[in-house]
Formats: sequence, structure tokens, C-alpha cells
Amino acid sequence: MPVIEYRDAINQALAEEIIRDPNVLVMGEEVAQYKGAYKVTRGLLEKFGPNRIIDAPISEAGFCGLGIGASMLGIRPVIEFIFWSLCYVAFDQVINNAANIRYMSGGLINIPVVFRGPANGGTNVGATHSHTPENFAANTPGLKVVCPATPYDAKGLMKSAIRDNDPVFFMENTLLYGDKAEVPEEEYLVPLGKAEVKKEGTDLSLIAHGRCALLALEAAQVLEEKHNINAEVVDLRSIRPLDEETIINSVKKTNRAVLVEENKPFCGVDAQIAYLIQEKAFDYLDAPIQRISSIDAPQICSMPLEKQQIPNVERIVSTVLTQV
Amino acid sequence: MSDTTQQNTEEPTHDIAASLRENSQHEVNKSLTDAARIEYFREMVRIRRFEERTLRAYQQGHIGGFLHLYIGQEAVAVGCVSLMGDDDHVITTYRDHGHALAVGMTMNECMAELYGKHTGCSKGKGGSMHFFAPDKNYWGGHGIVGGQTPLGAGIAFALKYQKKKGCCLCFMGDGATNQGPLYESLNLASLWDLPVIYVIENNGFSMGTSLGRHSIGTPLARRAEGFDIDWKVCYGHDIYEVRANISEAMKRAHEESRPTVLEINTYRYRGHSVSDADDTYRTKQEIQDYKDTKDPINLFRDHLLETGAADEETLKSINASAKEEAEQSAQFAEQSPFPPVSDIQTDVYWETDNPDEKVSEGTIFFNSIK
Repeated sequence: MPVIEYRDAINQALAEEIIRDPNVLVMGEEVAQYKGAYKVTRGLLEKFGPNRIIDAPISEAGFCGLGIGASMLGIRPVIEFIFWSLCYVAFDQVINNAANIRYMSGGLINIPVVFRGPANGGTNVGATHSHTPENFAANTPGLKVVCPATPYDAKGLMKSAIRDNDPVFFMENTLLYGDKAEVPEEEYLVPLGKAEVKKEGTDLSLIAHGRCALLALEAAQVLEEKHNINAEVVDLRSIRPLDEETIINSVKKTNRAVLVEENKPFCGVDAQIAYLIQEKAFDYLDAPIQRISSIDAPQICSMPLEKQQIPNVERIVSTVLTQV
Repeated sequence: MSDTTQQNTEEPTHDIAASLRENSQHEVNKSLTDAARIEYFREMVRIRRFEERTLRAYQQGHIGGFLHLYIGQEAVAVGCVSLMGDDDHVITTYRDHGHALAVGMTMNECMAELYGKHTGCSKGKGGSMHFFAPDKNYWGGHGIVGGQTPLGAGIAFALKYQKKKGCCLCFMGDGATNQGPLYESLNLASLWDLPVIYVIENNGFSMGTSLGRHSIGTPLARRAEGFDIDWKVCYGHDIYEVRANISEAMKRAHEESRPTVLEINTYRYRGHSVSDADDTYRTKQEIQDYKDTKDPINLFRDHLLETGAADEETLKSINASAKEEAEQSAQFAEQSPFPPVSDIQTDVYWETDNPDEKVSEGTIFFNSIK
């Protein structure tokens, strides 16, 4: 099986779907000639030409709204944000329009758009460029939200997202673009709304999404090797729809839950996960649910401090040690 | 490239009747049959009578929220829509009742939507500001000022992508011309040669703030120059003038795939929304003066009578039947059921409404009600 980078897994998904469906196109700042700010779209312009791979000016509200308008007539745009932080200048379009038009039209109109790009901190770029808005998005009925952690998941989820008839917010991570892993050559899909147990365990459940799922895996290894604790790692992959069953089954098995995410803590995704666990697995819990989030402040720029602000392996390990 | 001989609202010597006669001879108007002219009159009257009936229903408490009436502006929607072909599309603002009726939506579905009833065009989910009829190329009805302007560019983009010789008429008010997304849209529309026509229905007020207090750099359409977009200003009380100017813009869109900004000077008789007190920003006399001299329906009625296109009796009966149709729509709305509570969670996701084709898994709704 070929070993490819996370960015190329997404690139393959885009290319395959562009070939499969003439209505699929890619639009965004620097996606064509410049090959993508993070090279996710490299080679696509050469393969598919400027009608399918479209460079947009720095006008997020303009081209996001344009993509939404085009999607009403059956176009399926995949729109790149260089950073998801930039969605805030297009918020009226991506929230009011993308999420609400189907509802307000009584179901007469679909918005089959994918908005994609990285949503993460840890890159020393300060507060304006380090947002993780999956909680904002998931708080909006009408939107679907996914946060793939691995090249395999990124490709399979991107293909599902493009084929989805509802707007999908696809959140990647600049720190993962260079990660390499095996990705099958033959076609496959990862369905939205399906979590994955990335490591089986018995002593507690580390439940995470995005890059934090990989941190949880690293932490699980440390816990096993140094503390003889066998943690299970659940990667949500998809935030909305949410795989409640896999979460609950894991907690019922391990009786302990530690939730890890890069969101700021207040109303982060894990606030909802914690609510879900107490609602559906209360009697199985042997300890209070713990959360590990980013430290609650705007993103700090200073490099060593930002590493402390976002979740890291040490913080996960030390939190788990208070639990078991 | 732009027309610099545009008129403005302050022009004192504008002879309304003469100008209407002249516009009636424009190539898109001169060959109109009497029947077609009468239809335009009927459409304008239907819009007016419908909205007057909605106002009563609002005052009676049947309609809540906002009700942005189009009364006074009818010739704009009817004139523009009258030239639409199969591949021409419309998107507009929250002041959307006139355009909805003009494209052929029924009074019943519109009135029922205002009442929040299940028989409404959006099943009671959209309300006054959010009427939609994609089967009639009508893409809303958008509540946020200026929020529809990128969507309009997108509709035009889709038409071009699909190689259709159509255009998108994207309406906005004068207030929307100070929203950023409009300028992002103008840049994209011109840069990418999109067949979109931005129609500024300049009714003189951005909610309760008059043009002179909300905008510098008028006429507003002139701002298109910065984007190399052709622009023009015209009057909206004269349906012939609206048709003449929109046809020029549509020709440009169809034949050159180029955008246009067309500013149409018009006037609304009611407040921004009916619940707004409009005596804070204009006088009753100002409204009356416009009604007396430039009411689009009265002017067109006089023209039809003068030219012998219709007799008094025909026009009176059109008025009476429009009134009756509006009354019937109110009764229809009143007698229609409200949507069931279970409807709150339909039409949110395509996928949950089409379970046979559902491919995603997991929980999509997170209810706290058991």
C-alpha cells in the first residue's frame, strides 16, 4: 500500500471526485497557480485546468457566498480557507446562508458545499490565525463537521464530504499535512458520523478529535510503558453527525473518560461529549469525566508557551494519572 | 464605458408623463400587445393589494415578526421580471413579496408563509423575509442586508459554468450598498465575467436613515466604475423605463457575459418594516407628494387609459379581483394548519429528509426534549 502525506491524501480525494463528477470544483485563495498555501492542491491546476481549479482573490465572504450560490444550482464547490480562522470574515455566508437556506426554503434547496482548510494552533502565528471553530460550526444545525486526524481518514472523509448533499465543514491541521501513512490505491469512503477506536484499552477512554487523537495515542503509549495503564483511544473523526454509540460503548467498557481537544474549554465540543457520557453512561462511571482543552485565553504567540497552551502529551498523561 | 448622463431624483424638470410616453416607444416596449401591458398592470396591482391585505393581517395579529412592504416599488419587480427567460434567475432581499408574486408564486402560498402556516411556500419555516421558489428561478428572500449579493454572483457563476445563456438579477436596497460583501461580489463578477445584474432599488432610505445621511459618493451605481462594470441610474416609477434599462443589462449579460449595476430610483410608502415609526425620518407630505406624482400603478393606469390599451372598467375589475384574491389568500392562510412540532426538525439536512439515500452514520440532532 502506498505511503503518502496527509495533504496528498486530500489531494487524491479532490482529484478523484473532480474526475467522477463534472460539477465538483475547487476554489480558494492560492489553490491553483500557487498550488495551495499548504500545497494540498498541488498539481490539480495542471491536471484539470482553470475552470475546475479556481484562484479566488482575498475575499472570503465573496467567494464563499459565490460558492454557496452556485451550489444552489447544482455545482459542488470545495472551498479552501487558508486557515479556518478566516471563516470569521465570511461568517454570514457560511452560517446564515450555507446552514439555513435549506431550512428557510422548506427543503426546496440543497447546499452541497465543502469548506475545508486547517483549524489549529501550535504554529506560532498568534490569536487571529489559530482558531478551532469546530464547536461554533457544530452548534449550527444544518452544518456537518469533520476533523480527520490521519491521511486515511482525511481521504475517505473528503470523498464522503464532497458527495454529501449538505454543507460540510472539513477541518484539517497544518501540523498534520506532512504526516505519512498508508492509504489504499483502490477507492474507499469513510462515512461521516463514524468514530474509530484507534487503540483498544481497558482502563480508561481517551476521547479526542483531530490532532488531539494522535496526541492521545502517544499519551496512551507513555501510560502503558511507564505507568502500566491500558488506555483506549477513541478518535471521533466526525463531530456532527456524532458517533455516540462508539463513545458510550468505550466508556461502558473502561468506566473512565478523559476528553481531549484543542478547543478552548467553554462550550467546546467536549462539553457536549461530557454531557452525553453523563446522560447515557452515568452508572458506568468510576470517576468524574476530565477534560483537556487549550488553556482558556486567546492564542499566545510565544512558541514555548503556545506549546503549553494547547493540549500536549504531558498534560494528557498527568491528567490521566489523577484519574486512575 | 459607463453612461454618465444618468438622471437623479432631484431633477426638477423631469416631465413624468412625457418620459413615460417616450419610454413606451423603446424597442422592448413599443411592440407590446395591449394584453401584455394589461398583465403588467395586473401584476403591480396584485402585489399592492396583496401587501395591503398582509398589513391588515399584521395589525390583526395574524402575522408576527417583521413585514417589509414593497408598496410603491412595484414597477421595479414587475418590470424586471417581465423580461426574464427560462435561464434567467432572481435573488433578492427581505423585501421580497413583490418579486415573489412577480415570478408567479401564488398569493396563497405567500400569505400562508406570513401566517407561519404549513401551506406556506417554505412550510412556515422562512417567514416574510425568506420566500423561495427554485422552480420559478427564484432563490429568495434573504434576511441579512447585502448577504445575498455573493449568492447572486454564484448563481451567475453556475449559469456560466453550465454554459447556459442566462443571467441572475440580484436585487438589493440602497442600504446594502454600504455592506462589504457587495464589493467583494462586484470584484468577482467583473474579474470572472459573470452574467449578474445588481439592481439597487434605491428607495431613499436605509431603514430609517436617508440616502444623504448613509452614503457619500452618489449615485450609488457609480461605485461600479471602480470595478470596470457598466452602470446606470434610472427611475422606478415607470415600468417602461425599468424594462428598457433592465433589457440593456440583460443583453450585456447574455451576449457578453458581463455584469451591470443598475440603480433604480424608487420609493416605499411604508416604514422599513411596518412596525417602524417612519415619522422620525421623513414627513407625511413627502410620502404624499410621491404618491400624487409618481405612483407607478397610477401612472401606468393613466397611460393605459390614455392610449386606449384598456378601458376604465377593465382596470377596475382587475383591481377588484386582485382585492378579492388577496382576501381569499388571507382566508386560506387563516384556515390552514400550523406545521406540526415534528416539522421543526425536517428540512434541516437533506440526508435526514431522504433516509433511503442516507450514507452518514451517527447522531445528527441533539435534543434535550425526550
